[in-house]
Amino acid sequence: MTLSFTQVKGARGGRVLFRDLSFALAAGGALWVQGPNGVGKSTLVRIAAGLLPPADGSVARDGAVALLAEAAALDAAVTLGAALGFWAGLDGTRDRLDAAMAAMAIEALADVPVRMLSTGQKRRAAIARVIASGAPLWLLDEPANGLDAASLDRLEVAIAAHRSDGGAVLVASHVPIALPDAQVVAL
Amino acid sequence: MIALIARELRIAWSGGGLLLPVAFFLLVATLFPFAIGPDAALLARIGGGVAWAAALLAALLPLDRLVAPDMEAGVIDQLGLRGWSEASIAAAKTIGHWLGFAPAVMGAAALSAALLGMDGPTLLALEVGLLLGTPGLAALGVATAALTAGLRGGGAVAGLVMLPLALPLVIFGAGGLEGGAGAIKLLAATSLLLCAGGPIVAGTAMRIGRT
Repeated sequence: MTLSFTQVKGARGGRVLFRDLSFALAAGGALWVQGPNGVGKSTLVRIAAGLLPPADGSVARDGAVALLAEAAALDAAVTLGAALGFWAGLDGTRDRLDAAMAAMAIEALADVPVRMLSTGQKRRAAIARVIASGAPLWLLDEPANGLDAASLDRLEVAIAAHRSDGGAVLVASHVPIALPDAQVVAL
Repeated sequence: MIALIARELRIAWSGGGLLLPVAFFLLVATLFPFAIGPDAALLARIGGGVAWAAALLAALLPLDRLVAPDMEAGVIDQLGLRGWSEASIAAAKTIGHWLGFAPAVMGAAALSAALLGMDGPTLLALEVGLLLGTPGLAALGVATAALTAGLRGGGAVAGLVMLPLALPLVIFGAGGLEGGAGAIKLLAATSLLLCAGGPIVAGTAMRIGRT
């Protein structure tokens, strides 16, 4: 079991967003959290990541986690290759970085400073960090935001490859993403 | 830890580098002879204290870029995900901040000795004091930067929060210039206390800011 929620209550700023939420995500599995804006999808992702404590209930995680959040966490002043290399260095996965950048078609941008990149390019770079991390559990918060159709296809291919390698993925998205055999949690 | 410190240092150097604290320190040290007049005896008497005040102000310069940008960009979240405690992130930031301003300020202090009419032994006492006191200033700076991250006008508020808390360092630092061994020991003790407590306070502030 990679990730399991038991009777979890999620609250933000004193407001309860969801309660009694239980699910289990196994290796190779996928979970699609759907719902309109502001319903608590990002809060659920942050609770799953361990960045927010659940207001009630318990969360169990097994192994490393890679998070795609709204903020890209890439240093604006350095080149994209250096910004991603910093995280790959912390993860000890520098050897996987080139393949991950190729998977999101950003290898040609490696020498471009992060501040020159477009929203979609930064998004692709943040996805490449998730791919390079080698973590068994991916938490993707609105991964389709800012992506063009071709990049969305690349993301779907990357998710499928991750799952066939025994990885699990939790996707919070208000737009549909190809996730074969995914459990669905509607908030 | 080393990768994190190296990143802090790179950010410090790219944001004005070592030159900014040096220029600021020298500017403050230059103002005093102009304001007070070229009375060498008077300048020599207040020179050490001026140097300490200038060092404190130079340590304030980068406060608004120490913590707040990383919290906004999600860097703290990504580090937390990788098992870093907020306190160890703050400790790395403290070391990076210290390396980013303390050697520059110590160099500038040597340059300003001529402007302020300090003699050799006084300069030596000042440099020893700065070496002992600046780690405490760095830890205090990171803690106030974390406490004020996310506030509007956080940089100005950080100055107001930090200056009173830095008073013991300035008092003991300036006291050490007059040859009091006790003052140097108290300076070192205060600095040690701030270095031990600063990352814990900063880490707690970052954790509360995140939730």
